[in-house]
Amino acid sequence: MSDIIPDALHEHRSYLIRYAMLQLRDPDLAEDVVQETLVAAIEGRAKFSAQSAPRTWLVGILKHKIMDLLRKRAREPQLDVAEGEDENELVDALFKQNGHWADPPRTWNAPEQSLENAHFWNVFEQCNQRMPLNTARAFMMREFMDMSTDEICQELGISTTNCWVILHRARLALRECLDLNWFGNAR
Amino acid sequence: MLDCKHNTELLSQSYDRPITLRERIAMRMHLLMCRGCRNFEKQLAFIRKATRELPRKL
Repeated sequence: MSDIIPDALHEHRSYLIRYAMLQLRDPDLAEDVVQETLVAAIEGRAKFSAQSAPRTWLVGILKHKIMDLLRKRAREPQLDVAEGEDENELVDALFKQNGHWADPPRTWNAPEQSLENAHFWNVFEQCNQRMPLNTARAFMMREFMDMSTDEICQELGISTTNCWVILHRARLALRECLDLNWFGNAR
Repeated sequence: MLDCKHNTELLSQSYDRPITLRERIAMRMHLLMCRGCRNFEKQLAFIRKATRELPRKL
């Protein structure tokens, strides 16, 4: 319980900001949700159970705040129409007309070791940043926040099929970026 | 016969929805013959693992 005094919360602040940035990719929005999270944590600290780690508890609150925000945004009209076009270009570049790989993926050397390398995580975050915003959001909802596809479709107000297409494009984009910038298969 | 483009779509969807037996067989058949897609399959698994470890690496 003594962990959850306001001073201690600030120790977790920078972590929470980075977490929120990965999902939202907007410093102002990240700042807002983390602020709301810290306020909710202070108000709700009586409910904090000593069984869970403070950070886990805070991330749990943060996830809810992020979800609330994304839900609100999904109801607003989306302006970035060009996004879908860019993404089709990627798929067209990766595959030939007959559906075969233009340049088949090569083996990645010792990927497991990369997970222990701090520089790998920088590249990974950068690759994430390069994805179009809505693609990255859907992907991070799925893989980072561990939401089901149904939940994501519902929250983003898109069809299930569209959801699968977006998630697939995200994986293609991320794979391509890691391939070029980390695993050294530059063409 | 499944081509690489559609095979990668199915591989990706297998992370997002239950895949039917028929789809699974089609994917396996394709993978037997296609090294590029076998590499892609492993790399997808790695990407999932890495993304799920990301919260611990921030």
